[in-house]
Amino acid sequence: MVILFGMPLVQVLLFGFAITNEIRDAKVSVVDPTPDAVTHALRNKLFASGFFIESEILNSQEEIAENFRKGESKMVVIFENNFSGKMERGEHPTVQLIADASDPNTASMLVNYANGIISEFNREQRAASGIPLIIAEPRMIYNPALKGVYMFVPGIITILLMLVSAMMTSISIAREKELGTMEVLLVSPLRPFNIIAGKVIPYVLLSFINAISILLLSYYVFGVPVKGSVLLLLAESILFIILALSLGIFISTIANNQQTAMMLSMFAMMLPTILLSGFIFPIENMPEVLQWLSLAMPPRWFIQIIKSIMLKGSGISYFWKETLILTFMAMIFIVASIRKFKIRLA
Amino acid sequence: MATEVSIHCENLTKTYGSVTALAGISFKVSKGEIFGFIGPDGAGKTSLFRILATLLLPDNGTASVEGLDVVNDYKKLRHLLGYMPGRFSLYQDLSVAENLQFFAGIFKADINENYYLIRDIYEQIAPFARRRAGKLSGGMKQKLALCCALIHKPVVLILDEPTTGVDAISRQEFWEMLIRLKQEHITILVATPYMDEAVLCDRVALIQHGEIMAIDTPENITLAYPYQLFRIKSSNTLNTIRLMKEFEGILSAEMFGDTVHVSAEKGRINANAIIKYLSEKGMKVTAVSEADPGIEDCFIHLMKRSGVVSNKIKTP
Repeated sequence: MVILFGMPLVQVLLFGFAITNEIRDAKVSVVDPTPDAVTHALRNKLFASGFFIESEILNSQEEIAENFRKGESKMVVIFENNFSGKMERGEHPTVQLIADASDPNTASMLVNYANGIISEFNREQRAASGIPLIIAEPRMIYNPALKGVYMFVPGIITILLMLVSAMMTSISIAREKELGTMEVLLVSPLRPFNIIAGKVIPYVLLSFINAISILLLSYYVFGVPVKGSVLLLLAESILFIILALSLGIFISTIANNQQTAMMLSMFAMMLPTILLSGFIFPIENMPEVLQWLSLAMPPRWFIQIIKSIMLKGSGISYFWKETLILTFMAMIFIVASIRKFKIRLA
Repeated sequence: MATEVSIHCENLTKTYGSVTALAGISFKVSKGEIFGFIGPDGAGKTSLFRILATLLLPDNGTASVEGLDVVNDYKKLRHLLGYMPGRFSLYQDLSVAENLQFFAGIFKADINENYYLIRDIYEQIAPFARRRAGKLSGGMKQKLALCCALIHKPVVLILDEPTTGVDAISRQEFWEMLIRLKQEHITILVATPYMDEAVLCDRVALIQHGEIMAIDTPENITLAYPYQLFRIKSSNTLNTIRLMKEFEGILSAEMFGDTVHVSAEKGRINANAIIKYLSEKGMKVTAVSEADPGIEDCFIHLMKRSGVVSNKIKTP
C-alpha cells in the first residue's frame, strides 16, 4: 500500500524537481595570469550571474588538466596575458572557455551562458568607452564533438548492471520464498551464506558478461574511447556488480514475493538511479535536498568513476574516494542482508 | 525400544496476532512410530509441523526432536529431518531426476546408497525422470517430494498433508510406502484431513483449534466412543437428518456421504424404533443398522463436546 500510493508521489516530486535543464551554481575555475581591473570586472560579472560559482584559481596548464580529471570544475575560464593592456592597445584579448564535455549537455549550456555574459560585458564596455571587443574562444575537452553517446554509455552501463544484478537477484530469491522451495532449503543443513552465494554467483557472471558486451559495443560501434586502464574499468565494474547484488539480496530479505521484489527494485531503486545519479539531469541543478540524497545513490559514484576512466583516462588516484564509498556501501548491504536473512519462516 | 522418545512437545503455543494456532500442545512420539495428526484446515497442524521442522519459533513451551531442541539446536537437527511442506515445494523448472540430485546434493547424500529407501516409489515416477517437476500430476508431485525428503535418510520424517489433492489410488500407494518406511525405523509424523488415513497410523492425535482433543491408537479412540451408533440409509438424507434430530433420545445426526449416522445413549433405542419413526413420518428407509464408530464419528463427537464446553464458559 505504501508502495502503491507513496511511490507515485515521490516520483512526481523527483521528476518535478530534478528535471531542470537550467544550470545553477556550476563550479568554474579561473586562470588569470595578470589580474587587472577588466578581468576582475568580467569575473565578477560571471560569478554574479548565479550560473557559476568560483571553484579555484589555477596557474598552469597542468593544473587545469588535473582539475578536470578530478572533476573539480565543469568549466575553466582562461584570461589572456596582459588583458587590459591589450584592450588599451586596441587588440582583441581572448577569453578561453574550456568545458568538460564528458557531460555534453551541461558543457554546451555552460559555454553558451558564459558567451552570453561576455558579449553583454562587451556591449557595456563599448557603450562606456568604445573599446573593442573581447573574443570568447570556447573549447570542449574529452568530447570535442559533443557526442551524446559519451554521456549515455556510462549511464547505461550503470543502469543495466543495477537492473540485472539487483532486480534479478531480489526476484530470484523472492521466487524461492513464493514457491515454497525456500522452506525446504531452510530445513536442509545449508547455511544462509551458501544459499545466498548460490543465488548470487550466476548473476555476478551474467552481469559481468553484460558489462563487457556493453563496453565492446560502445567502443566498436559508437567509438566511445576507453582512455584509461581497461583492467581498472573491469575491476570497478565488478565492485559495482557486487554492490548491486548485495542491494538485491537486501531487497529480497524484505520482500516476500516476486511482485514486491519487483516493485521495490523498480521504484525504489531504478528511478532514483536514473534521476538522481547525474546520468541525465546534472546533480548541480537539483535542489539541495536532492543533492544530498544523490550522495546516497551508488550509481552516482560509479558513473563518475567510469567517466573518469573512459573519457578522461584518469587512474585510481583520482577516484579512490568514490571507490572507497562504493566498497563501503557494498559492505553495509552485505552485512545488513546477512543479518536480516531469516533462518526461519516468518 | 518402543518407548524410546523421538519427539517430545511440552505445552507449545503459537499465535499470529489475535489468531491462536496452537493453544498449549503436549505429546510424545516414540521412535519408529507413524504418528498422525488428524484435523480440519486451520486446526494448527502446519504451525506445529513448522515448529518441529525448526522453521517457526513457538511463543511458549518446548519441543525436542531426537533429543535436540528445535530452537537452540536447529543446526544439528536440520541434518536429521526430512520435511515435506504442505505446498508443493520442489523446483518446478528442474526435471524429476534433477530435483532428486539437487536435494541429495544439499544434504551431501549419496543417491545410490539410499536408493533402497525410495526405490518402490521412485520406480513409479522413473518413467518421467526427464519431465519437469512442474508438469507432473498431483500424485506424482507428492511422490517425488517424498523421495526428495527421504534421499538423505532422515531419522524423522515430517509430512504436512502429503496426500491432499491426490487421487485415491496414489494415496493408497503413498501410505503403503510410509508403512514400509516404518521398517527402516524412521519416525514419521504425518498430518492429514482425511479420517480414513487415520487407521493406518500407529497412533493419532485429533486436533482442533490448536488443541489436542485425544491421543491414542486409532482402535482405542474408536473404542472410547461412548454412544451407540446407527447408520441409516434413506431416500432423502437431509430430511432424515432433520427428522432424526427431533427423535427423542437422539444425541446427534450427521451426514456421511449418502448415509446418516445417528448416535444415542447405549441401549436407549434400537434400529426398529428408528425405522418405525421414519416410516410414520413418510420417509422411505432403505436400511438401518448398528455401526461401529469410525475416527470421523469420534472426531465429530469430541469436537462437539469441546464446543459445548466453550459455550458453557461463554454463557454463565
